[in-house]
Amino acid sequence: MKSLAELQAIKDKTNQELGTVEKRVLVGMATCGIAAGASPVYDVLANGVQGDLAKTVSVKQTGCVGICQYEPVVEIYEGDKRTTYVKMTAEKAQKVLEDHIKNGKVVYEYTIGANN
Amino acid sequence: MTCSNDKMVAGASLNETEFFKKQTRVALRNCGVIDPCNINEYIARDGYAALGKVLTEMSSEDVIQTLLDSGLRGRGGAGFPTGLKWKFAAANADDQKYVCCNADEGDPGAFMDRSVLEGDPHVVLEAMAIAGYAIGATQGYIYVRAEYPVAVERLQLAIKQAREYGLLGKNIFESGFDFDIDLRLGAGAFVCGEETALMTSIEGKRGEPHPRPPFPAKSGLFKKPTILNNVETWANIPQIILNGADWFAGMGTEKSKGTKVFALGGKIKNTGLVEIPMGTPLREVVEEIGGGIPGGKKFKAAQTGGPSGGCIPAQHFDVAIDYDNLIAIGSMMGSGGLIVMDEDNCMVDIAKFFLEFTVDESCGKCTPCRVGTRRLLEMLDKITKGQGTMQDLEEMKELCLYIKANSLCGLGQTAPNPVLSTLNYFYDEYVAHVKDKRCPAGVCKDLLSFTIDKDKCIGCGLCARNCPVNCISQTDYVAPGHKLASYVIDSSKCIKCGACMANCKVGAISKK
Ligand SMILES: Cc1cc2nc3c(=O)[nH]c(=O)nc-3n(C[C@H](O)[C@H](O)[C@H](O)COP(=O)(O)O)c2cc1C
Repeated sequence: MKSLAELQAIKDKTNQELGTVEKRVLVGMATCGIAAGASPVYDVLANGVQGDLAKTVSVKQTGCVGICQYEPVVEIYEGDKRTTYVKMTAEKAQKVLEDHIKNGKVVYEYTIGANN
Repeated sequence: MTCSNDKMVAGASLNETEFFKKQTRVALRNCGVIDPCNINEYIARDGYAALGKVLTEMSSEDVIQTLLDSGLRGRGGAGFPTGLKWKFAAANADDQKYVCCNADEGDPGAFMDRSVLEGDPHVVLEAMAIAGYAIGATQGYIYVRAEYPVAVERLQLAIKQAREYGLLGKNIFESGFDFDIDLRLGAGAFVCGEETALMTSIEGKRGEPHPRPPFPAKSGLFKKPTILNNVETWANIPQIILNGADWFAGMGTEKSKGTKVFALGGKIKNTGLVEIPMGTPLREVVEEIGGGIPGGKKFKAAQTGGPSGGCIPAQHFDVAIDYDNLIAIGSMMGSGGLIVMDEDNCMVDIAKFFLEFTVDESCGKCTPCRVGTRRLLEMLDKITKGQGTMQDLEEMKELCLYIKANSLCGLGQTAPNPVLSTLNYFYDEYVAHVKDKRCPAGVCKDLLSFTIDKDKCIGCGLCARNCPVNCISQTDYVAPGHKLASYVIDSSKCIKCGACMANCKVGAISKK
């Protein structure tokens, strides 16, 4: 890294890339999430988002948001809108993929609000 | 409820929960938000901008002054002012100095540091490089326990990425400053979290502590001036550089600035990791963020500071959590474990739990800790078996004070704290074990007896069928209004497992 300008350029480029994504799907994959079964959940979502869909949707792993008893957690950001899916399984991930990620319909029964 | 495309669905987001709303995320700001394996995502959230600012605009004195002004204190337990530690190390001229990160996280049940390492590894690297510049060090070490394989893997990847970008290595930001970081894996010994033992372990020797002074700022790793900070301490530093000392000092209480991460556990609805401003009342953490105690049970105490800490009883439920307030009531901040206990927890048993831990983890180098904690545990064991005497209680206290005063390192010096604080606040409970041979919370097995109320018993026999030692048999007494004869427990054979009570459909079995 040679200069602040170089760092700024990486920042701008990354933010621009993140900005083109309509849905950012984050799977909590810290030790807690993995232990609760996040890996198969991640696989369903990552394998499901391919081809054209991958141009507007990104599936990433992330750290722990701190809600231990709700793991595995999947969050979907669409601009300011945040949806928190909890206690996920591969089957639930499949439904979220079809309904929410592909068709924009929140699967309310899997969200934190319905599982509180 | 309608689910439209662009409208927020009520309740569907973590943002709307009490758990989340009351938190202020500084150390955890990127955890669960960025991809920890992608350095660009860290940079997109102002990552490495603080290092850039420090290397291009600030002198090392400026950096240290900013930390002093921010009021940041160490998050690893003792709460020593971070800026002061750096100032001491900067003042000691030497050809080689070191910067270390304590990622040993040995407190049972604590996972604050693991979460930062796994969710935001670059923040630690960036902060350590800032420290290297401030004190004049070119090499850093992260001491992380091998039981954290995911953290280790992500740290390794982060170091590799930072080197590729030239954010670690030679001539960073063309400032002439060189800095690199290596990992050292620990085998998961509690004592290796103590600073002198940690450095001895990095040197490749057996992880045992040695007396201070000299303090590490003067003679630390390889006898060179060294600073050691905790993971969470590091995680605050880039934000302090970017947002200024005043911003940070604007959060918290007079002497404890900023936020603190707690691992919330025990008898609480929302277990998890929470980051709250210093000064938040304990009651708010338990009742609002934590969602209260399940089953409508009553709050009895909160344990903070892990094996070095103490219990905060109900009369101090409103205490504003900061370093000094917790010490004043006989506990301590510690690294952030917060275990909530209700009426079903026996405080003698809790003290015993922590003593078992310290007895196991004592390195054995000094006698007060090696032998003293073992004697203390034996006394506690006697009490929980109903064989203790009032004299034991007196002697126990004396032994506690002796161990504290004479142990070599912080492990022994703090090991008696769980005993002292429970003796102080829950003396009645100790006395009940000693004098009445009774455990008021119904936990200590040797003092329990299970009995069947012969008039409530319907004679179904479920208890007898579930008893693993076959100590329940049928009598010939048939209670008025019942068809079958009642059962009775032979307490001489009973192992107090509680299976009978758990299986009784009519609540005829009680323990006392
Ligand atoms: C027995 C013992 C265990 C410790 N374990 C840890 C630990 O796991 N993590 C930690 O950061 N500090 C631990 N400490 C505190 C460290 O010795 C040291 O004070 C701390 O790492 C300094 O960093 P800070 O000023 O940023 O808190 C422990 C201390 C003792 C006495």
